Amino acid sequence: MTADLGPAELVAGCALLALTAYVLLGGADFGGGIWDLLAAGPRKKQQRALIAEAIGPIWEANHVWLILVVVLLFTGFPAAFARLGITLHIPLSLMLIGIVLRGSAFTFRSHYGPGHGQEGGEGGRTSQHWGRIFAIASAGTPLLLGLCVGALASGALTAPGHAGFTATFVAPWLTPFGVGVGVLTLALFAFLAAVYLTVEAPEPALREDFRRRALGAAVAVFVAAFGTLGLAHLGAPLMGRALTTAPWAPALHAATAVAAVTAIWALWRRRYRLARVAAAGQVALILWGWALAQYPYLIPPDLTIRAAAAPRITLVLVLWALVAGGLVLFPSLIYLLRVFKREPTRS
Amino acid sequence: MPDLLAARSQMAMSLGFHILFAMVGVAMPVLMVVAERRWQRTGDHIYLDLAHRWAKGTAILFAVGAVSGTVLSFELGLLWPAFMEQAGAIIGMPFSLEGFAFFTEAVFLGVYLYGWDRISPRAHLAAGCAVAVSGMLSAVFVVIANAWMNAPTGFRWVDGRPVDIDPIAAMMNPAAFPQVLHMTLAAYAATGLVVAGIHALPLLRQPRNAFHRRALSVALLIGAPAALLQPVSGDLSARFVAHWQPVKLAAMEGHFKTERGAPLRIGGWPDEAAGETRYAIEIPYGLSLLAFKDPTAEVKGLLDFPRQDWPPVAIVHVAFQVMVGLGSYMALVSAAALWLMWRRRELTRHRWLLRALVLAAPMGFICAEAGWIVTEVGRQPWIIHGIMRTAEAVTPMPGLVVPFLVFTGLYAGLGVVVAWLLHQQVLRSPEATEEDAA
Ligand code: HDD
Ligand code: HEM
Ligand code: HEM
Repeated sequence: MTADLGPAELVAGCALLALTAYVLLGGADFGGGIWDLLAAGPRKKQQRALIAEAIGPIWEANHVWLILVVVLLFTGFPAAFARLGITLHIPLSLMLIGIVLRGSAFTFRSHYGPGHGQEGGEGGRTSQHWGRIFAIASAGTPLLLGLCVGALASGALTAPGHAGFTATFVAPWLTPFGVGVGVLTLALFAFLAAVYLTVEAPEPALREDFRRRALGAAVAVFVAAFGTLGLAHLGAPLMGRALTTAPWAPALHAATAVAAVTAIWALWRRRYRLARVAAAGQVALILWGWALAQYPYLIPPDLTIRAAAAPRITLVLVLWALVAGGLVLFPSLIYLLRVFKREPTRS
Repeated sequence: MPDLLAARSQMAMSLGFHILFAMVGVAMPVLMVVAERRWQRTGDHIYLDLAHRWAKGTAILFAVGAVSGTVLSFELGLLWPAFMEQAGAIIGMPFSLEGFAFFTEAVFLGVYLYGWDRISPRAHLAAGCAVAVSGMLSAVFVVIANAWMNAPTGFRWVDGRPVDIDPIAAMMNPAAFPQVLHMTLAAYAATGLVVAGIHALPLLRQPRNAFHRRALSVALLIGAPAALLQPVSGDLSARFVAHWQPVKLAAMEGHFKTERGAPLRIGGWPDEAAGETRYAIEIPYGLSLLAFKDPTAEVKGLLDFPRQDWPPVAIVHVAFQVMVGLGSYMALVSAAALWLMWRRRELTRHRWLLRALVLAAPMGFICAEAGWIVTEVGRQPWIIHGIMRTAEAVTPMPGLVVPFLVFTGLYAGLGVVVAWLLHQQVLRSPEATEEDAA
């Protein structure tokens, strides 16, 4: 790896940071939907209510990180955006259906559900249907997102040639490795959500519910991560090789392991705030590991960041826009979180 | 269905759906803020109730706007990869700025909708203003991107790719100002008048209902001036088109033969094969006058352009007639309402006005759909005017009719649900009279 950083690398880095924010924030909102689907036990209703309350005010803001990734991609790396749009047409379209259903079903439910506002008239039935759709879409979308990331990492997204339909539009993403990454994504999102919810739960019993779920999800992450790493040697050789032989690989694995162990230990000892930081760190490190492993390629095996990049003037302007936007955005986001994620005080 | 047609249909359907929610997202925050401000100033609780109810409806519409917008940003690549590959570096800039505007809008909308009891009234009102401003800015930026497709500037086209790119010059393209102005006014006019119409309907039965009276006055305050200005700004748009896209102008007007002192044709049906527009009412010199401010100016007709550069003439012409016709009606009704309000007359005594407002309710949205059809279909066969043809831009993915049908079904379902939910909300109208309010 050469440390030759230009505007192209900076824009790519910003896109990676935006993706990280999307996974840590938006991913947890999807994870919330997964736990809504799996709600069980005597406090089933309270679990669902807590999830709805945690997601309600912030999911739309969290969702915009994804838009930012897309916009940075097509502005900074139009050639990559074009290739992804062609080769991943099917899974991306399916993912969009999931995004549409998740967002609208959640809103329909929370604004017309029982006990919401002065006039929860419709009765719980309709609202339960929306809850179902919300939960199922929340589980399906991360799977498809992971599938797309898996396809990207596997190095199968070459420039579309004249091979047949299946070879061009299906085979590159429908692979065991892709499915592995999909499952891993699902497990990571569920893990994040459960850990965050331990912090947000207003009472101990509910907190215990999510503590147990977080520990269970941690095991699922562990299994899925090793399974995927195993599949990588066959399904994504470039990536698998980098993750085992690159000079930075041991340090990365060590850091990820420390974060993972800390998260589990903190959950065990009920140090929830620490667990939240460690879990977020663990997920971010997994994401950055993937990015490092395929650097300098944006779409392995042939399209590098440099080759896909827009002209310098565009990149520089985008960087300025990011700075200006960030100056507005970060204070606003901090304000949002301060308003809604204070200590659970009941008035 | 051929793939190109399917892709165009999917794009048009997605945009046509998104624009309805986007317009509401731009204008509704302004209505809410005005109502909330009036409550804070007068202590009249009906205004607070109004702001609450509007906020509830807006939350649903905003969410659908946000998810359908997400679909659009992906569809640019899913359907038109070759277009984005060349245009991304040029018009990515307004899209990036739009991204930040959306972000701010989503953040403060969360604060506004869920923060009633958590922050001070002043902070709450300020959050509403932030939503209104950022919502308007997001529309401004995205329309700038679209304007560039009509008036591509800020690059040189060499061997099928852009060189010497200047994204700022691209943003300052000559279509940007007229389109942004016209679109922003459209959002306020359409949303203001639809809300006015919805509240005018119950006022026909219960003219003393204080809730609907207040709603009507706020809605007209936003909608009527915008609707009144819309023909003026439309004239500006038309003069832009006349100068930069003469083929589109000819199609809009159903104007086939080049002539000096060209008439304005109202209605009628353009027959592409015969090369003439039948059954139209012709106003002598009208087109030359409107398009070039000179009754004898020459207006080029379609027959002077190569056939393969024509857009579908009948669609563009009819859509334009619909927009101008309904837009003129909206402007007239708005003028009447503003006149009565200015003379401090009681609007609810004028039942004809209430009826006229009910009739105008859906028109702004119909105009917006029609206007976009004029702009987009009128730009055909180009995706980037004069530079890249739509057929060159479409994805090689086969079977595009499938995603077109799937997304159409999805949106149709969503549309039905949203309409039903809003209907539920409107039906439960509060029954306060002026006497209760006082
Ligand atoms: C409330 C909605 C509305 C109303 C009442 C009107 N329009 Fe409009 N019009 C639109 C909403 C709209 C729009 C938002 O749909 C468009 C599409 C692209 C744009 O910038 O605005 C548009 C486009 C558009 C264009 C094409 C611009 C282009 O292709 O670049 C012209 C020439 C006009 N309009 C002219 C008019 C005139 C003369 C009107 C007189 C009554 C009028 N419009 C009323
Ligand atoms: C910023 C806003 C917009 C952008 C960037 C945009 C972009 C595009 C693109 C890329 C296409 C496909 C290529 C083509 O057919 O030329 C298209 C087609 C189309 N769009 Fe837009 N559009 C915008 C706004 C809208 C809106 C709000 C509508 C609302 C109805 C609309 C209506 C259409 C229609 C009808 C077509 C199909 C034209 C045809 O193929 O005959 N557009 N637009
Ligand atoms: C190709 C055209 C378009 C694309 C790619 C696009 C993209 C998007 C995206 C990604 C969002 C969601 C942002 C979020 O998650 O909060 C969105 C919402 C929005 N869009 Fe569009 N959009 C397009 C056309 C338009 C047009 C023509 C308008 C003009 C009025 C518009 C106005 C808005 C507004 C105001 C929002 C905020 C959400 C709302 O208020 O409903 N968009 N759009």
